[in-house]
Amino acid sequence: MIEHVVLRVIAKLLAPFIVLFALYVQFHGDFGPGGGFQAGVIFASAFILYALIYGVENARQIAPPAVAQAGIGLGVLIYAGAGVAGMLLGGRYLDYSVLAHDAGHGQHYGILIVEFGVGVTVAAVMIAVFFTFAGRRGVLEAREDTAAPPDGDDER
Amino acid sequence: MITATNLALLAFMAVTAWAIARTLNLFVATMLAGIYSLLIATVFVLLDAVDVAFTEAAVGAGITTVLFLGALLLTDRQAKPHKHRFGTYGPMLLVVLLGAALVYTTLDPLMPHFGDAGAPAQGRLAPEFLADSVRQVGRDAPTATHIPNVVTTTLASYRGFDTLGEVVVIFTAGVGVLILLGGGVGSGHRRRPGRRNREETTAGESAAGESTAGESTTGGAGP
Repeated sequence: MIEHVVLRVIAKLLAPFIVLFALYVQFHGDFGPGGGFQAGVIFASAFILYALIYGVENARQIAPPAVAQAGIGLGVLIYAGAGVAGMLLGGRYLDYSVLAHDAGHGQHYGILIVEFGVGVTVAAVMIAVFFTFAGRRGVLEAREDTAAPPDGDDER
Repeated sequence: MITATNLALLAFMAVTAWAIARTLNLFVATMLAGIYSLLIATVFVLLDAVDVAFTEAAVGAGITTVLFLGALLLTDRQAKPHKHRFGTYGPMLLVVLLGAALVYTTLDPLMPHFGDAGAPAQGRLAPEFLADSVRQVGRDAPTATHIPNVVTTTLASYRGFDTLGEVVVIFTAGVGVLILLGGGVGSGHRRRPGRRNREETTAGESAAGESTAGESTTGGAGP
């Protein structure tokens, strides 16, 4: 869709604001509706919008698949790591009260950290899954071109 | 007023679901599914579940629609007309009966009714969470932290293990898709020799040496 000027310009204009809104939803989840799940999806949608307009190959250069795939595990590690950090500081697993000088701040920090972990994993999964789906067409076409029918290659 | 709005929204949803089931145009079905998600998100707003509505709008109407569109690119825009074994209305009848049975069970006098203030969920835990979450989560610090959004407090602190499980579910789903559809890193190396076509096998022989070559010659005749 790169030939549509309006779409191209608007997508480029909107993308930073979508990312900003995602960060707002992410870090404002303790005061208003929102949190890691929604923020992750909104964050990913900025990249997906870019990919839809400018093509998957260009989007891959902004969000390399290796980074997205690393993010999938990183988010879970951040979440679980917040729990382990609480244990190391003398609390129970996922008890955030010990993370700061007093329980209130500790809980606040803990909630922000685990929500961040949620956001990272959700955004990374969404981006990676979309790229996988979108890149699938190229894979299928390449396979059709180079397939060796007499070999009886099992279809997928 | 709320009731009328709810009924109107539910009627819209029923019509949308009917249209999704009837249409053979997959693009139309995808768009209608997005509209359906938006409608249920509106219902969630009316039920004061703003966080759930937000999630439904972002995930259901947003990302899911886009992923469906991505999948639609890989297939035809039009579904093949499918002759059902039990006629067109057999499955529909089954679904309607099942739905009616589910609604019927909620009419059981022993079950709490929809929005019942005496329901067990409203009894002890919910008021405690609502009234005390700011104090409890900020325990030992009466003046310090206020986390006004009880949903976030419940989700991330009271139900921290639950949410960790949810994240692991998303992690597993993402990894599953990557493994099944083989996107990205390492997808070329995972294919077994039997799967390779001829050009790749010859390339692999020169690169990987004797053992791979032996495998691929036997593997070529295999599965």
